[in-house]
Amino acid sequence: MLKLEGAVIRKGGFDLSADLEIAPGAKVAVIGPSGAGKSTLLEAIAGFQPLARGRVLWSGVDLSGVLPGKRPVAMLFQDGNLFPHLSARQNVRLGVEANRKLTSAEEARVAEALQRVGLKGLDDRRPAELSGGQQSRAALARVLVQSRDLLLLDEPFAALGPALKAEMLDLVAELAAESGATLLMVSHDPADARRIADQVVLVAEGRAHPPAATAAVLDNPPPALRAYLGAG
Amino acid sequence: MAERAQPVSLRPVATWPGTCAALLVALLVLGTLAAVAMRAEGGSGLGAADWSALRFTLIQASLSALFSVALAVPVARALARRRFFGRRVLITLLGAPFILPVIVAILGLLAVFGRSGWLSDLLSLVGLPPVQIYGLHGVVIAHVFFNLPLATRLILQGWQEIPAERFRLAAQLDAGPKAIWQLLEQPMLRQVLPGATAVIFAICLSSFAVALTLGGGPKATTLELAIYQAFHFDFDLGRAAILSGLQLGLTVMAALLALRVPVGEGFGGGLDRMVARWDGAGTGARIADTLWITFSALFLMLPLLAVFVSGAPGLLHLPASVWSATWVSIQVAVLSTLLLLLVALPMAASIALGRKGLGEIAGILGLAASPLVIGTGLFVMIYPVMDPVVLALPVTALVNMVMALPFALRILVPRIRQVMQQNARLALALDMRGRRVWAVVILPRCRAQIGFAAGLTAALSLGDLGVIALFADPEVATLPLQVYRLMGAYRMQAAEGAALLLFVLSMGAFWLLDRGGRFHAEA
Repeated sequence: MLKLEGAVIRKGGFDLSADLEIAPGAKVAVIGPSGAGKSTLLEAIAGFQPLARGRVLWSGVDLSGVLPGKRPVAMLFQDGNLFPHLSARQNVRLGVEANRKLTSAEEARVAEALQRVGLKGLDDRRPAELSGGQQSRAALARVLVQSRDLLLLDEPFAALGPALKAEMLDLVAELAAESGATLLMVSHDPADARRIADQVVLVAEGRAHPPAATAAVLDNPPPALRAYLGAG
Repeated sequence: MAERAQPVSLRPVATWPGTCAALLVALLVLGTLAAVAMRAEGGSGLGAADWSALRFTLIQASLSALFSVALAVPVARALARRRFFGRRVLITLLGAPFILPVIVAILGLLAVFGRSGWLSDLLSLVGLPPVQIYGLHGVVIAHVFFNLPLATRLILQGWQEIPAERFRLAAQLDAGPKAIWQLLEQPMLRQVLPGATAVIFAICLSSFAVALTLGGGPKATTLELAIYQAFHFDFDLGRAAILSGLQLGLTVMAALLALRVPVGEGFGGGLDRMVARWDGAGTGARIADTLWITFSALFLMLPLLAVFVSGAPGLLHLPASVWSATWVSIQVAVLSTLLLLLVALPMAASIALGRKGLGEIAGILGLAASPLVIGTGLFVMIYPVMDPVVLALPVTALVNMVMALPFALRILVPRIRQVMQQNARLALALDMRGRRVWAVVILPRCRAQIGFAAGLTAALSLGDLGVIALFADPEVATLPLQVYRLMGAYRMQAAEGAALLLFVLSMGAFWLLDRGGRFHAEA
């Protein structure tokens, strides 16, 4: 279970407080107005933003002071998810182990992950030689071999067209279901949330609300969300 | 997270190696100064010759800076508003004097402006006496040769930073040359000129090789040259120390001055970009621009051409001493380049990761450090323990590294900063550790910049004629020193041949390393 206990994140004179629990294996969409702190919330869970107060716990273990790379977290950012000078395969290898050469068993896992995301045969290309969708697939293959308990997506597919984005989200949902990982994804689009998330965390007015069932929240939005979604 | 310094634990590579490297460099510069200062106590105060050296240093640096900047303004304006065949080549060529060995340029200038040079030949045709290049005006001509291109690049940058929209607006308002001057050009120049003048002034203060070859004598001796003479002819360490202190005071003041006024990079890319211009279409402006471009191209290229023309015959009969000096120079350059990478890379990473203080210290030390002062200090320190001649080559490599360091940092820091902004989070998320971050991320992504910095250092080191003159005995010489010795022995053909060799060697080293870095590198 992921637990934020009286957490306050301070970023540039702005405070975001969070007091919530997310069940293992849940698929959660983080929604809310621009600048409300959705990305900040994910960065705090991943360890890129220090907490001003409170704690982040995973399975009862306090993660404060644990470096990002040591947390049970794999995160995809809006951009910069692949090293531009390395091939797809080299990038995925780093997900297994960034600090040494891989064993042949580990190499096999890399190949398997590349095949799973549909990049077989393209693994020697650099990101610039891949399409936007293929780049996303390579990043997902890396996340797959990282096999962490928590998968955080900070709108990594924002630059893709609607159809491609839907395809990627479905792939993410499948991968998360296969591995049983807990998924948190920032989203601007309620349709994305409906598509793969069973729960929604609303971030608005300096607060990250506890998760609620997606359909219930979106069908009957609270005032803060209604203002964001517009009349309807 | 891009703007603010990272929390300590979130730096993908440690900053202490860079801090240590910076401290070592500071220790070298300040430690040698302290060694000099302790030695100076026993000195006998400043004599008339020393005062005249101080006066000459200031006069030549002021004149060189003023002439370089004054001539650069019309040249930069012409380059900014004219499109012509060879414009790109000419702008690239403006970067060349930076890595051109001083002694090579001197021989080229002598061949053009010397007593029996091309200009004198031309004058004798109409019955005029030959020109005289030795003394103050020779020193100034050489400094203008080196710094006119730098000034032009700095001012051209200012011209190109005037937004294209303003030229469009001025064209719409039908602004004439006078209005454009008042509205656009004069305000820009007022910002750019003080910085350019201050930098060139600071550079010319530390002039050694130019003064050594074209100056000399009681009337044309710079402080750096006086330090060398106190050493070489009188072996008066106390006086060398006092002069060093004086020189350092001067350069620190100039460095502080130069750092107070904003200065552009001067060797950045993008200078061959054209801004659409509608002014300067009048016949007078066209003729003036053509003349300025021709003048600057001739002034820069004729001496280089002369190096080839007069050097080629001598190239076939180079004395053995030249070849052994070449080998020595290559060793020094390789050592110097390796040292530079060892110091500059960790320092650049530390600065890029938010240790701004390091960058400022490096900037001041780089401008203020004088090779001859560091050399004197090291000599004073080594002398009681062992024969300094034994350490001549490592010391030369070390001093060359310190001289190249500020330029290398200016090349490396922006790129490492950019790579960190793009990739630091990912490296952290993958739990990649210090040395792996260097091996997997920083070094491969900065290859082009590392190659450029290494090429610059190798070329500067190959061409340096400074501290080696203090330390070397008759048996050991670098190639530039050997060229100077051949000149001193009036073996001009051998000297010119060796100068051509040196020219090819330093340009080749730069080209090789710069290309090597960019070969198959990512776009």
